[in-house]
Amino acid sequence: MLAALLIVFREVFEAGLIIGIVMAVTAGVVGRGLWVAAGVAAGVVGACVVAVFTGGLSELFGGSGQEVFNAGILSFAVIMLTWHNVWMARHGRELAAELQAAGEAVVAGSKSLAALAVVVAIAVLREGAEVVLFLYGVAAAQGGASWSMVAGGGIGLVLGSLVCLATYLGLLTIPARYLFGVTSTLIAFLAAGLAAQAIAFLQQAAIITALDQTVWDTSWLLSDSSFLGRALHTLIGYVDQPTAMQLVVYMATLAVIVVLMKVFAAPSTEHPQTA
Amino acid sequence: MTGTAHRKIGAGIVTALLIAAAVGCGGARAEDPVSLSVTIKNQKFEPAELHAPPDKPLAIHVKNLNTIPSEFESSDMHFEKIVPAGAEAVVRVRPLQPGRYNFFDDFHRATQGTLVVP
Repeated sequence: MLAALLIVFREVFEAGLIIGIVMAVTAGVVGRGLWVAAGVAAGVVGACVVAVFTGGLSELFGGSGQEVFNAGILSFAVIMLTWHNVWMARHGRELAAELQAAGEAVVAGSKSLAALAVVVAIAVLREGAEVVLFLYGVAAAQGGASWSMVAGGGIGLVLGSLVCLATYLGLLTIPARYLFGVTSTLIAFLAAGLAAQAIAFLQQAAIITALDQTVWDTSWLLSDSSFLGRALHTLIGYVDQPTAMQLVVYMATLAVIVVLMKVFAAPSTEHPQTA
Repeated sequence: MTGTAHRKIGAGIVTALLIAAAVGCGGARAEDPVSLSVTIKNQKFEPAELHAPPDKPLAIHVKNLNTIPSEFESSDMHFEKIVPAGAEAVVRVRPLQPGRYNFFDDFHRATQGTLVVP
């Protein structure tokens, strides 16, 4: 029961951090509950499908199918997060102004919600697939699901969901005028971290071998398998022994997001240009 | 934002990824990885201790002879890979300094092993 609790909690915790951020980012946007719920549901279905086909998936790409698949969906999440931030840089202000108005603002808001729902789905899919395989393994070993496994998993799910709720409520305590800045920053770091994770998978598969030397080792200070290390890994991509390539891609992702946000930023309304 | 702008962003990101991939492939090491093998059976690694030379890329082949899935993982060597029951998988490890590196089955934490680099 303890093993089920720990594994389910750990995975729900990681997905929960991301869902909590998405909920805070979309606070006040009409229909966001449905979008996020749809993302979670799609992620759960996806997790089961991936779990069932893990064997076949592994054999693709010369035995590196899992790595290629993970790198692929992580890259997709990075693109969605980037797109969201750029979109918000352009439309954030008008969205905030017209939040209560029906019509265009809501329609426009849902575009960005769709991108975030995809991110939620990917987070749930990745963490969920591990949970499904683990619980299946426990059930298979016992010759069927047991109450202790269900109870352990259930408690893990509830505790993990509390993390999601705490993240959300914590972010909501930030005054509204800073919230956009904080969440944009969080999302930029989240995207950079996911991009670095994608690189780690490609390096594990030996698809990328350049710049694979370890840049630093802070495992003595904060191991990325510790509780705090895992949280920071999910949030900002903390790795205790990053490779040079991971670092390069991390910085490049941040730079691309910042530049795109600047390029596509809404023209300032405070200094209207004279014709 | 216009559709063209979306495409530009997409194209930019794809280009960046392609460049990264090209650099990665172009810089591929001529050196072949050193192959190591380990099996998981009755929730134990066999052998529980592997040996590898320092400063060489490694390829660890793992075969899961349990009847349930495993997750072959190492925080020290930075890999994690699900190995379905009866399946075989390979993980690549970048060149290691001398030392002892722990690996485990994340789905059954009691299943532990060590890689020794002299």
